[in-house]
Amino acid sequence: MESRRVTKTLEDQWMVERQVREIYDYFYSIPPNSQSVIRPWLCYWILHSITLLGESVDAGLENDAIDFLTRCQDKNGAYGGGPGQMPHLATTYAAVNSLITLGSPKALSSINREKLHAFLLRMKDPSGGFRMHDGGELDVRACYTAISVASILNIVDDELIHGVGSFILSCQTYEGGIAGEPGAEAHGGYTFCGLAAMILINEVNRLDLPRLIDWVVFRQGVEGGFQGRTNKLVDGCYSFWQGAVAFLIQRLNLVVHEQLGLSNDLGTESDDSSESELSAEEEHLEVTSSHVQEICPPQEGQENASDTTKIADTGYEFINRPIAMQPLYDSMYLQQYVLLCSQVDGGFRDKPGKGRDHYHTCYCLSGLSIAQYSWTDEADSPPLPRDVFGLYSRNLVEQIHPLFNVELDRYYEARKYFSCL
Amino acid sequence: MDSSEEKRTRIPFKERPDWADVKPVPQDDGPCPVVPIAYTEDFSETMDYFRAIYLANERSPRALQLTAEAIQLNPGNYTVWQFRRVVLEALGVDLHEELKFVDRIAGENTKNYQIWHHRRWLAEKLGADAVTNELEFTKKIFSQDAKNYHAWSHRQWVLQALGGWEDELAYCQQLLEDDIYNNSAWNQRYFVVTRSPLLGGLAAMRESEVNYTVQAIRASPENESPWRYLRGLHKNDTQSLVEDSQVASVILDVLTSNNSHVHALSFLLDLLCHGFEPSQELKSAVDVLTPQSCSPDLALTKRVCSILELADPMRVKYWNWRKSTVPVQSATCQNTDRLADLCARMSDL
Repeated sequence: MESRRVTKTLEDQWMVERQVREIYDYFYSIPPNSQSVIRPWLCYWILHSITLLGESVDAGLENDAIDFLTRCQDKNGAYGGGPGQMPHLATTYAAVNSLITLGSPKALSSINREKLHAFLLRMKDPSGGFRMHDGGELDVRACYTAISVASILNIVDDELIHGVGSFILSCQTYEGGIAGEPGAEAHGGYTFCGLAAMILINEVNRLDLPRLIDWVVFRQGVEGGFQGRTNKLVDGCYSFWQGAVAFLIQRLNLVVHEQLGLSNDLGTESDDSSESELSAEEEHLEVTSSHVQEICPPQEGQENASDTTKIADTGYEFINRPIAMQPLYDSMYLQQYVLLCSQVDGGFRDKPGKGRDHYHTCYCLSGLSIAQYSWTDEADSPPLPRDVFGLYSRNLVEQIHPLFNVELDRYYEARKYFSCL
Repeated sequence: MDSSEEKRTRIPFKERPDWADVKPVPQDDGPCPVVPIAYTEDFSETMDYFRAIYLANERSPRALQLTAEAIQLNPGNYTVWQFRRVVLEALGVDLHEELKFVDRIAGENTKNYQIWHHRRWLAEKLGADAVTNELEFTKKIFSQDAKNYHAWSHRQWVLQALGGWEDELAYCQQLLEDDIYNNSAWNQRYFVVTRSPLLGGLAAMRESEVNYTVQAIRASPENESPWRYLRGLHKNDTQSLVEDSQVASVILDVLTSNNSHVHALSFLLDLLCHGFEPSQELKSAVDVLTPQSCSPDLALTKRVCSILELADPMRVKYWNWRKSTVPVQSATCQNTDRLADLCARMSDL
């Protein structure tokens, strides 16, 4: 039998068949049962995405979501992956962020903060880090999720943060990024977790920031998107994990310059500017304290609120710092990757060839927000059209708080609510 | 028994006589659950029975069997895994058998946190016995996916907690021969060189490692991994970095070749910031690459930044920021100047 020559007709058909088969394989490979432990994550990914698009859910859905998350709340504090499941730090983070995104007093008051605080203490490990659940794994993710919820709910204390900084520091690798555990490979997800946690506990100066910056800027690939690790492939979700690292750096210029030995060594110009920047920072701290007193008039017998703001309000103090550095990565090119390569009809994906999912939709949109707002000087002003890829009116998303990844106004509301408690 | 056979022969719990005394507990989803899952009947029933056993804290052989079935239906259920550990301990089960169970589940699930964590827990209990098996197991994973993050973390934990370092550097070598771009293998190499009790530590290994790395750079100058590794080798000792002639030599060679110059220039920039005194040859190589738009009076460090702004345009803002933050002179020049200044002032006294 003569061998068949591969003609254009055959090639065209086979290419379509291959793509269709990939879609079906992918669809059938997601076992629905495995979603049973991540429903609070699904809530967060979906609610956060909706919010970033400038929409909100109706009262009925909001009530159902609050009811469901309350059923995920363990009687001894914190949230599991579903009703009746053991509480877990990741699903706790997702549940808390979901409720803050919903934002009503009903949503916020449903969180049992005292019990959650007790849970966090139980998850604390002698090494200083946290375990994800009772008898669970110990890594930088756990540190971030614990510190993030403690901070945003105003239940941080010395016992919780003790030793966390040393653990995270031990996870910064020779490459400059941060790994999940000491010795492991520098990775975008863990680098975000580590950096954000260090900022929240006010120990970011312990990290080698110039090394970290050098690593993260090289994580932007020729495609415009970010990769998670050196020599790995681009993935839309790293638009947030890595993009946020670069974005956080923009408010850390004081610390970075100090680490570079700049404010000490090079002439009077930088000395002056560092002095004035320092007093600006001090000003911010004062503003923070007085702001708290404004929104929470001191009650009889209550001690001065300004002491507790120093630990508990790092998130607020951070977002009110001016952005003193331009973005060191190419933010337009990142937006281009997200919108042209990750976006598919109604949703976002890892990269062309993969299917859309709620996780990627959430983190691509979050990364888009980061990139669009990376030149904005004040926390409240809108981006300029030149900094937004594509049609401004259609593509502009809402602004996030980069330490917690909740929409910024929702963050302010939650802060107001929990500050007085 | 494969899973389709298991499905055909699965007897629902409600028909099993040894489960007749147990009242299944349905999931408390409430009247209007959000993100509802389309559970299969097998799954719902198994989890209803799991809930009953879990709430009763029953630590029996049948509870163990139940957790196995629940895990097979959803290997991501951390509550079930944790309860299984509790039951295993209570029953004093032979954990070698448990390892076989985990091996069977692990096949399709190489990126599942719970399975890896369970493996770690098992290996800790089994102790030194487990070393060979765990190293073999992770090796098998790497033959399919040489960058699996969980597997690397697990392998590192095994080495540190239980030992088995003897062949690790050779293994890294082999992986890098397979794929010189495998950053996980480079990271593992760093791990071995810095932490293996058999090798004498970073300072002792530095020279041979620099040798190895420089060869890798020559083979693939655009490969970021060995450049970062090279920096890592001199981590707390910039003096040795600045004085290392192998390093200066490879930078010169790359800059005078037709290959990508970005990493070489970036490395040169870092060296200059640490007080490196470049040879005339190296300065000439930089001159050749300097764009015409650059003023010849511009300091070397800033000129390198200017070259990078053009050679690596995606990171133009980063190189621009480096330009504004690099020392104008090398640190030793600065120190010499300060010393001269001090002497001059003292002579005035």
